[in-house]
Amino acid sequence: MSRTLPSRILVLGATSAIATAVCRELIAPGTHFYLVARSPDRLDAVRSDLLTRGAAAVTTRALNLDDVNAHAQMLSDAAVDLGSIDFALLAHGILGDQEQAQSNYASAYAILHTNFISATSLITWLANYFENAHKGTLAVISSVAGDRGRKSNYVYGASKGALNIFLDGVRNRIDRSGAHVLTIRPGFVATPMTAHLPQGPLFATPAKVAKLIVSAIAARKDVVYVPGFWRPIMFVIRSVPEWIFKKLNL
Amino acid sequence: MSSTTKNGNSRPAFQSWGRYPRLHADVLPLHWRSDYPLLSPPNAPMLPVGLGRSYGDVCLLNGGTLLNSAGLSRLISFNPETGLLRCEAGTTLAEILEFAVPRGWFLPTTPGTKYVTIGGAIANDVHGKNHHVAGTFGCHTPRFELVRSDGTRLECSETNNPSWYGATIGGLGLTGLITWADIQLRPIVSRKINYEGIKFVGIDEFLAISRESANVEYTVAWIDCVAQGRNFARGIFMRGTHATNPAPLRASSTAGLSVPVELPTGLLNHFTVGAFNALYYRKQLRARKTSVVDYEPFFYPLDSIHHWNRIYGRKGLLQFQCVLPENGDSTAITQTLREIAASGLASFLAVIKIFGNRRSPGMLSFPRPGITLALDFPAGEKSFNLLTRLGNITLEYGGSMYPAKDAMMTPQQFQTFYPEWQQFARFIDPAFTSAFWQRVTANV
Repeated sequence: MSRTLPSRILVLGATSAIATAVCRELIAPGTHFYLVARSPDRLDAVRSDLLTRGAAAVTTRALNLDDVNAHAQMLSDAAVDLGSIDFALLAHGILGDQEQAQSNYASAYAILHTNFISATSLITWLANYFENAHKGTLAVISSVAGDRGRKSNYVYGASKGALNIFLDGVRNRIDRSGAHVLTIRPGFVATPMTAHLPQGPLFATPAKVAKLIVSAIAARKDVVYVPGFWRPIMFVIRSVPEWIFKKLNL
Repeated sequence: MSSTTKNGNSRPAFQSWGRYPRLHADVLPLHWRSDYPLLSPPNAPMLPVGLGRSYGDVCLLNGGTLLNSAGLSRLISFNPETGLLRCEAGTTLAEILEFAVPRGWFLPTTPGTKYVTIGGAIANDVHGKNHHVAGTFGCHTPRFELVRSDGTRLECSETNNPSWYGATIGGLGLTGLITWADIQLRPIVSRKINYEGIKFVGIDEFLAISRESANVEYTVAWIDCVAQGRNFARGIFMRGTHATNPAPLRASSTAGLSVPVELPTGLLNHFTVGAFNALYYRKQLRARKTSVVDYEPFFYPLDSIHHWNRIYGRKGLLQFQCVLPENGDSTAITQTLREIAASGLASFLAVIKIFGNRRSPGMLSFPRPGITLALDFPAGEKSFNLLTRLGNITLEYGGSMYPAKDAMMTPQQFQTFYPEWQQFARFIDPAFTSAFWQRVTANV
């Protein structure tokens, strides 16, 4: 297996714990990062961590990715700054609050906007960029929650399920150009997003998940469950007939 | 065991490594140093904690909120010429080794586990096998940032806010939240340690070998606290130096064994530990044995077995570590060891070492010149009684006890061991306390 890893890297939602861990895994002499996230203080913390660990250059851009009108300018600035983009990681997203989202459409919309609508804007630009370049990898962090709607998190799940379908279509369209589209479906990862949940044996560390993501990039996988044990678990969950599933407390 | 937090979630209680005592507090994970001080204050009082590797109650609160700093684990800068590393306070020694060893650098000193955070190492002013030459961890952290709950940010060093610097080193997390620290690493050219194990019988032999080893960088001894009669105070003196022949500096692999469940209480008793000790003593056949070993088993023999504390079962374990003045006279340590051997209680891990006289900048730092003895016992009535007697012997001979390994010290003992405690109390963050601090100042 060729382990040629990307060296000009765009990270959207760069202060997410998984994104930071992936960046650490990709550091090699000459690696150049363009990090985008909302908080300048947090971006600075990630930037100095990557530089200390040996990244050649790290550019940061403070931007709320919900602002889809700012995407095109930011992405073309990133392409200029990096010279060219080898690899783009979409890692921004929110878990939201299911109870609030099911009683109040505005908070459901906020989850769908951040996790799906803003992602489609970024993916559209990047898919065209990589298709024209005939190379490059677009990796998007989705979730196992997108595999089936459950009462405990179906708004978040729907945003990720829609994202999965969108990515399937993009892959079907641009794969033949030489570009690579990777859908990442993590299970529970011990990050700030899940810090309020009781941590069980199914939780993986961001560092472990990042190693698996980097192997999937190198192996040009299409859809990867991280860790891999989620693939059979989600197969079972998808296989339960709806007349039983609707009665389960999941 | 679980508690219900403010937001209604049930989660296991935060435990110290001894799993005794068991107290309940909310746990608030911190992920960004720019997020502290908190915009909405949590349940008071607060206490910063790391990985909970101290044994007793210095990292516990009865009610209130533990600020878990383990998520503050980013590196900030590194100077490859000087070996000065700046990192966030939740960075662990394991993470530092993973970064530093392949670059030819090593920790300036290390306790017997690498699963501690920098913040915890400073707050407890931890020490290691090179104390006699290198002093404590706080001797190698020339600068750090302390953030008070009112938002004051203090950059502390010997020259900048020196009294805060001294109060925070060994300050048991009470002076505020440490957000980042500088650590002065030391160069290495190999992962290997040139090791020598020397058998001894009796404290006088131990002291003679210690004196002969004054210039060896790392020294420590395992001592059999069960054997009596002609085997009394037998042990193996272990010493080592970093190998000087250049060899590949790869990072350690992370795999390891684990004790998956707590074992039955009482498994470690006088009989099983006595048998183990006899075997361990005889495992080394010759009086002296030299070998070249990797640094992992040399410094961290127990880290390869995750959750080893579960071998003590449900009730948990008590640690005891004292330092006794020596001055060429071994009466105090001999009396302590006789008391232990006569108690019929078995300490599985008994370690003895001579502390050096390099002074720590820490106001409440534990190490001071003398002989230090560290033991652990299953938590229970008999152990409580023994530790009370050992505490009294320590007091009588002008020694001291280590807060990071304590669940038993009385206010009178603590206030005698640490006469600076009232001066120190002026530096405590008004929003902070700990179960330990409340216990040892209960009479005030």
